[in-house]
Amino acid sequence: MIEPRILEVRTKILKKNDELARTMRAHFVEADVLVTNLVSSPGTGKTSLLRETLKRLLDAGEKVAAIVGDLETDNDARRLAESGAPVRQIMTHGCCHLEADMVQQHLTGWDLADFDYLFIENVGNLVCPTSWDLGESVRIALLSVTEGEDKPLKYPGLFNTADVALITKTDLAEPCEFNRELALKNIQAVRPGMSVLETSAKTGDGMDDWINYLKNMREQLKATGNTVAANNRSR
Amino acid sequence: MHELSIANSLVEIASEHARANGGQRILAITVRVGPLSCVHKSALEFSFDLLKQGTMLEGAQLKWLDVPVTVFCPTCEREVELPGIQRFRCPECDTPSGDIRSGRELDLETIEICQQATADA
Repeated sequence: MIEPRILEVRTKILKKNDELARTMRAHFVEADVLVTNLVSSPGTGKTSLLRETLKRLLDAGEKVAAIVGDLETDNDARRLAESGAPVRQIMTHGCCHLEADMVQQHLTGWDLADFDYLFIENVGNLVCPTSWDLGESVRIALLSVTEGEDKPLKYPGLFNTADVALITKTDLAEPCEFNRELALKNIQAVRPGMSVLETSAKTGDGMDDWINYLKNMREQLKATGNTVAANNRSR
Repeated sequence: MHELSIANSLVEIASEHARANGGQRILAITVRVGPLSCVHKSALEFSFDLLKQGTMLEGAQLKWLDVPVTVFCPTCEREVELPGIQRFRCPECDTPSGDIRSGRELDLETIEICQQATADA
């Protein structure tokens, strides 16, 4: 009888996803498409922000597209399509996050050369999407003023894989008694040096900074083939 | 509950490695996990126990190898271990650091295989 033996495997459990994400990222970079992955809890205002973002980029003559993930319904895709941008909906039917192959499948028939920016709105969830690289160049963690200042402390995992923390719905800060200083302090506690942007998709406050950030990241991507995010994930 | 997706990959990778090395059954696996992997261990155990049924991993034990979160402290000029994940500051000198050196791991470390199809064969 042959004795049991121990094999060293030393493999990332999500290796297949990571490898696909790396390949996808290389294609995006080659086509000069800045891919942004928006992650937050449900109700943070991802869709409103994105609709406004698509509109503004289109008005500026940029070519944009979006893929949006939800458990059920294509409501968000329909809301986003109002901007005039091509939009596709991923219905995950219960799956709490997007994976690289879901995004890849939904790219079929699109020519990356037609886009400057591609946005991926992840399933509303602060935990699960963290582990899946989607080939994005930029990952944004959204936090709305209605959610409470301690979200970064409760979900440090997400804030540690995101490149920017984006505080949304700033028009509601006052009625919600949002403590901005505390929120900023908590973000810095879990991710020292993290960039923070603040927007209100409703009033347009901070939208220029956000759009400029995206444009700068795309310039950086075109110039160097790399962004901060690409260094953070799929190592 | 993303642990089900992770367990699915885990079963797949472990089985591939076992087969490639002539294994018929997997008796145990070791998973290296860091606190920043966002994995809930008991949820992964639960998912793994479900998915291993009817595979060469049936009856396999899941063992953990916990990795601490460490960051590089620019003041102390060395890697330091953090007591938690809410405060990314050097526990010795209080310098903030986001230069994470470990803690994101989610790796299949080892598998214990045997060449018999069943335990009593």
